[in-house]
Amino acid sequence: MNTPLAIKGIRDGILITVPEGDWAEVLPNLLEAIQKQADFFRGARLALQIENRDISAAELGRLRDMLAEEEITLWAILTTSATTRGAAADLGLELELSKTTHAERDDELPLETRLQGEEAVLVERTLRSGHNVRYAGHVIVLGDVNPGAEIVAGGHVIVWGRLRGTVHAGAVGNESATVCALDLSPTQLRIAGQIAISPGRRSKTMPEIACIRDGQLIAEPWQT
Amino acid sequence: MSGKVATITSGKGGVGKTTATANLGAALANMGLRVVCIDADIGLRNLDVVMGLENRIVYDLVDVVEGRCKLRQAMIRDKRLEEFYLIPAAQTRDKTAVSPQDMIRLSDELRADFDWILIDSPAGIERGFRNAIAPADIVVIITNPEVSAVRDADRIIGLVEAEDKGPGKLIINRVKPEMIKRGDMLGTDDVLDVLAIDLVGVVPDDESVIVAANKGLAVVLDPRSKAGGAFRNIARRLNGEDVPFEALDEHDGFFGRLSRLVKTGGEG
Repeated sequence: MNTPLAIKGIRDGILITVPEGDWAEVLPNLLEAIQKQADFFRGARLALQIENRDISAAELGRLRDMLAEEEITLWAILTTSATTRGAAADLGLELELSKTTHAERDDELPLETRLQGEEAVLVERTLRSGHNVRYAGHVIVLGDVNPGAEIVAGGHVIVWGRLRGTVHAGAVGNESATVCALDLSPTQLRIAGQIAISPGRRSKTMPEIACIRDGQLIAEPWQT
Repeated sequence: MSGKVATITSGKGGVGKTTATANLGAALANMGLRVVCIDADIGLRNLDVVMGLENRIVYDLVDVVEGRCKLRQAMIRDKRLEEFYLIPAAQTRDKTAVSPQDMIRLSDELRADFDWILIDSPAGIERGFRNAIAPADIVVIITNPEVSAVRDADRIIGLVEAEDKGPGKLIINRVKPEMIKRGDMLGTDDVLDVLAIDLVGVVPDDESVIVAANKGLAVVLDPRSKAGGAFRNIARRLNGEDVPFEALDEHDGFFGRLSRLVKTGGEG
């Protein structure tokens, strides 16, 4: 196995940094990683960082079509290779992460206060049955998550309320992700590739945090 | 002065939407208010049967919408109450025969002549439900103390909020106090815990509801019926009165005793 892929949620979609190595070897790894997390990637906009690798327009087109089959839009190719830049341009792909949004952001934030990899979405309402939140970064809910609601997050999930729906933290394989809630009784809880269901209803509720420790998905009371 | 439109909906079928519509309508009309009920369950009409008006139908909701008759011609007056009307659903068509805009137009036309316009929503979250809630000022969500009904009510509340119709008001129907006491049924508190919206009434399970519905009579007009009493109180609450919640022998706490005192001191 080569170095793993770096998958990161960015403002405009998902950025995957493809590691060094022969394209013929890297490509299957990339597709496998995406298929494993098909739920998370479905409907996503994808940017690929492929350094100075030369890729022909035909190959790139094939990749775009394969991604389209998984309902993923290939949106940008970040590369230093002239061949690949030409191929990407021919296919109408972006060659850098959107400039306009950078400019807008500069207007809003004169100082760079963003922390890399720390994007989160704040959901300031109760998520009811049928509601669905998918986000590449962290998800914070101020309210309850009722049975039948679903959260899929690339990072941590924090619920300031009762968590009774289905939750998936670290959905792209991040085993260090955690789920915490004032009342942690989800229908089903997943972190990365691990799945757990809540024990029966307890009489007393307390804030708890769930994480993966020694390969086991565990939940423990929140101690200040 | 303009009438209010209240839509009664539930998501799940068979929890008592139609019975609630008929009885809330009769209770409001019995209070001297002018009331019209609209059956929005096109293709599966029921409200006419529950109200005992099935044999008087000439025109229906779809006839009005498609211009085959005047609004007044489709309105059937109740057998007993003076200012209580029904606009029945069509039985031979489906939900697509009416659009949300049609329902808004129709309701606006009725507002001038009525104090309350009650709409009986079909089960489900599709077109029929959208039609029913489109004109609503108040959405009344009815559920039973069962996990599946509460789950559907939760979904409905989410959809109602998404349509900017406020969180809605909740009726918990068919509550069996003995079962709650035994721990075999969700209590009022358990339901409210999940749904977290305004409770407007709790209706006990009562055989007299079925007996009355089969005869096409409103159980609210039966002074001995427990469920009838609960529906009467809900009607008064919807109309803006502050009515204490009746005791269900469900909890023996301070609140239970208090409301029992109020009840014996009140209308009984």
